[in-house]
Amino acid sequence: MGKHQQVFRNYRQEHALTRRRIIVAGVVVLIMIGVLMSRLFYLQVVQYDLYQTKANENRVMLVTEPPPRGLIYDRNGVVLADNRPIHSLTVIPERAASLPELKERLDKLIDISDEDWRNYERKLKEYRRPYQSITLKPQLTDKEWSKVSVDLYKLDGVQVEAQLTRYYPYGEAFAHAVGYVGRITAADLERVDRMAYQGALFIGKTGVENYYESTLFGKPGISKVEVNARGRIMSEIERQNPEPGKDLHLYMDARLQQYAYDLLGDYKGSVVAIDPNNGGVLAMVSKPGFDPNLFVRGISVDNYARLRDDKRLPLFNRALRGGYPPASTIKPFMGLAGLEHGFSSWTERYYARGFYQINPDGRRYRDWKRGGHGWIDLERSIIESVDTYYYQLAHKMGITPIHNFLSKFGYGSTSILDLNGASAGLLPSNEWKKSRYKEPWYPGDSVNVGIGQGFMVATPIQIATANAALAARGHMYYPRMVDAVNDQPATFEDNDGVEHKITLKDQRNWERMVKAMEKVITDDHGTGRRLQGTEYRIAGKTGTGQVFSLQDDEEYDASNLDKRLHDHALFIGFAPAEDPKIAVFAIFENGGSSAKPADLTKALFDAYLYDDYPERYDYFEEQAR
Amino acid sequence: MNSQFYYRILKFTNARLFHLTHVDVLLLLALLLLMSGGLVILYSASGQDVAMVERQVVRLGLGMATCLALAQLPPKYMRRASPFLFAILVGLLVAVLVAGVGAKGAQRWLALPGGLRFQPSEIMKIVMPMMVAWYFANRPLPPTLKEIITVLGIIAVPSLMVAKQPDLGTALLVGVSGIFALFLAGLGWRYILGAAAAVPVAAYGLWQVMREYQKQRVLTFLDPESDPLGSGWNIIQSKTAIGSGGLHGKGWLEGSQAQLNFLPESHTDFIIAVLAEEFGMIGCALLMCAYLLVVARGLFIAANAEDNYARLLAGSITLTFFVYMFVNIGMVSGILPVVGVPLPLVSYGGTSIITIMATFGILMSIQTHKRAR
Repeated sequence: MGKHQQVFRNYRQEHALTRRRIIVAGVVVLIMIGVLMSRLFYLQVVQYDLYQTKANENRVMLVTEPPPRGLIYDRNGVVLADNRPIHSLTVIPERAASLPELKERLDKLIDISDEDWRNYERKLKEYRRPYQSITLKPQLTDKEWSKVSVDLYKLDGVQVEAQLTRYYPYGEAFAHAVGYVGRITAADLERVDRMAYQGALFIGKTGVENYYESTLFGKPGISKVEVNARGRIMSEIERQNPEPGKDLHLYMDARLQQYAYDLLGDYKGSVVAIDPNNGGVLAMVSKPGFDPNLFVRGISVDNYARLRDDKRLPLFNRALRGGYPPASTIKPFMGLAGLEHGFSSWTERYYARGFYQINPDGRRYRDWKRGGHGWIDLERSIIESVDTYYYQLAHKMGITPIHNFLSKFGYGSTSILDLNGASAGLLPSNEWKKSRYKEPWYPGDSVNVGIGQGFMVATPIQIATANAALAARGHMYYPRMVDAVNDQPATFEDNDGVEHKITLKDQRNWERMVKAMEKVITDDHGTGRRLQGTEYRIAGKTGTGQVFSLQDDEEYDASNLDKRLHDHALFIGFAPAEDPKIAVFAIFENGGSSAKPADLTKALFDAYLYDDYPERYDYFEEQAR
Repeated sequence: MNSQFYYRILKFTNARLFHLTHVDVLLLLALLLLMSGGLVILYSASGQDVAMVERQVVRLGLGMATCLALAQLPPKYMRRASPFLFAILVGLLVAVLVAGVGAKGAQRWLALPGGLRFQPSEIMKIVMPMMVAWYFANRPLPPTLKEIITVLGIIAVPSLMVAKQPDLGTALLVGVSGIFALFLAGLGWRYILGAAAAVPVAAYGLWQVMREYQKQRVLTFLDPESDPLGSGWNIIQSKTAIGSGGLHGKGWLEGSQAQLNFLPESHTDFIIAVLAEEFGMIGCALLMCAYLLVVARGLFIAANAEDNYARLLAGSITLTFFVYMFVNIGMVSGILPVVGVPLPLVSYGGTSIITIMATFGILMSIQTHKRAR
């Protein structure tokens, strides 16, 4: 077929045709190159800023490095709150495989509990900076660690992070005073700088850990790092080192704290010991306690339920929030109030029967001593704790002088400087009763308050503070936990000041009242005579607080009562009486007789004043730094 | 005067070498320029993997050897062999579809004894324009409608077979290389315009009969950025790499997108993004100049070829090479959908380098086997 047509072929024309077509193609090539170049011009010149930013966003990541938290020491350098290195398995969700796939692959490697997964999923939904790692399994064992590390490169977005965790070596005795750190919640983030807490694992929840959060926390380091597409950090561009949190040195003596806790035995209760010369809290016990370490990485639901539902209320800080009738421990203060307002004197004598009546036919306010104490004076009313004396004194005074005088000692307000959550207790007044009950203040109300019962409610820290103020002859230091921050003495900023002096019309009354309180022990009829025999002088006052009201002629009979209804047993005391170094308040809930808190107080005095603790507390000395 | 002197030396050298070695020095120089530039980029794109660069050098050497070997073969033998080669390759493509092996869900290779693999579709890129050029070699140009339809059939059969593997990029290049030969043969402008007009109509008709999920796939194909975590990831990252390079680039080995692995396939299909990031728009312009040099020389050889067969074949080969580059850069810079087409002679990869260099061998043969006039 070809040969036939070849005859008519015009090769020159065909050549020209193909040439033309090649030229057309060449032109098109040039146009297409122009298209590509203008596309590149658009991306690389016109939109340069946009893509420059995008590339940097890809490449540069800000990583906050949580600062090591400040440690908490007792007065002898014993570490009460420590930092311990752990290794945790963390995940950057943006870089990791989808949740089911991640689950499947990790479950092949190590055991991760359902609870850990639940926590992880919950954190996934919470506020979080992009590319922030989430802890999946805290505290890997060495075996788990090595197992995971080998296969880590296969698991995008999964890593083992070395972290510092909080550790409380001495556990439950210190749980309420030192407090604990716990998982940071959305509510916590409301009150702190979110930026600073990125990457932080916990935040102070209670106690000193809570109040001194900003001091202990320090300043996080921020580094600008270059990351690759898998989120691995390739290099550090810029770095601002973290500023470690500051260490706290407490007034607390760890031995005293532990000793007091142990001395409470199986009783619920509280002990607060204060140095009257500066308000420093030497011990602050609330029993039962709990293991604060449970809270550090977020407490498990089961553990929390167990603590919450425990009838002994281990999570309740009795020292700060427990509301008790101060009972007879109020009498020295009531006596001073009477002197101050001219309703009593050291010389005036009073015949104490077995009861007191406002009206001849009225209710009988009973004395703890059935037959009464006979002729007594103010001093003896302290020594023998004569109820009727204080019934009549309070009745005569009325509530307003009582309220005004007692409030100088911190009753009815919170005076602790550096712990949050203290309760103000209740120091009743006319106005209070009107607004609370829409009723006037009755004389009978005063009578009850006279012996620290009735409407009056105080917390252990309040009673202990008042006791310390009495020991310091009216120099009232507001109680404080922290002595020094790093090497600097702690400073307190408080609108109401940090101390004040209570001046009596006759300043000699301080010494006389202390004398009376010494006789509580030294007098053979003294309610605290069981503490006789010390080489130093103790001033003290016993108290038994009614848990329920007895009817007029009913008699308190412990043997017939449920233990939960037994009287609370209280004791305040300080020593040495002439120059007190330590003031102690102790309460045994349902302890029955004040013998228990009195003995406890004496044991603490012995240990503290002679620096001589039972051998079993030697380990604190070994741990001191 | 001076430059003229060098030009004369070059021309003389070229002319002498023609007859001795059948090498086109200008084309050779342009190719070497492109290759060496490509190796510099590959070193960076591979994460400074010397072994990878060495393997690429070996491939380029093999390609060059293929090129020089084919240059020795006079075009008339190629012409005579064209229909047989075509028939054999169509047979092999059938074999691939029936008994091929592959990876990632595509069947592209025939397994040979000794663990070797053979990809017939790659060879088809060369043989297709040979076949079309052969068809027109003994027919007067421009082609008649009947001839056009016949040629379209010749093009369609292997293209569709390759597309079925599925290997869209290669199918496109196979088809295009045939179409180019047809165009150069003088395909009437009315047909070209008609086809151009028919495309949107056909597309619209097809769209109407497609199911929703198919439409979605087409949309994602056309606009990958609508799927930023899936197929869009590559294109978003490559655009970021290109754009952030700016006019001057971040410097060799300094591109964060490439060096920190944000850029996927950075040493293969997306290598141009590495160049754009590290050498900027200026670097890209220089690379395109190198390509333009190759293409210009190729079109020059085509225009001056001896007969229709040589002209069509040389022109088609050159234009296909250009399309390679255009589609690759267009896709990486986000103006064309992503089809797996490497950047010729620069992307890391085996088969395509050999076949591309083979086509340049054909070009050299066409240029150097002309009868003296």
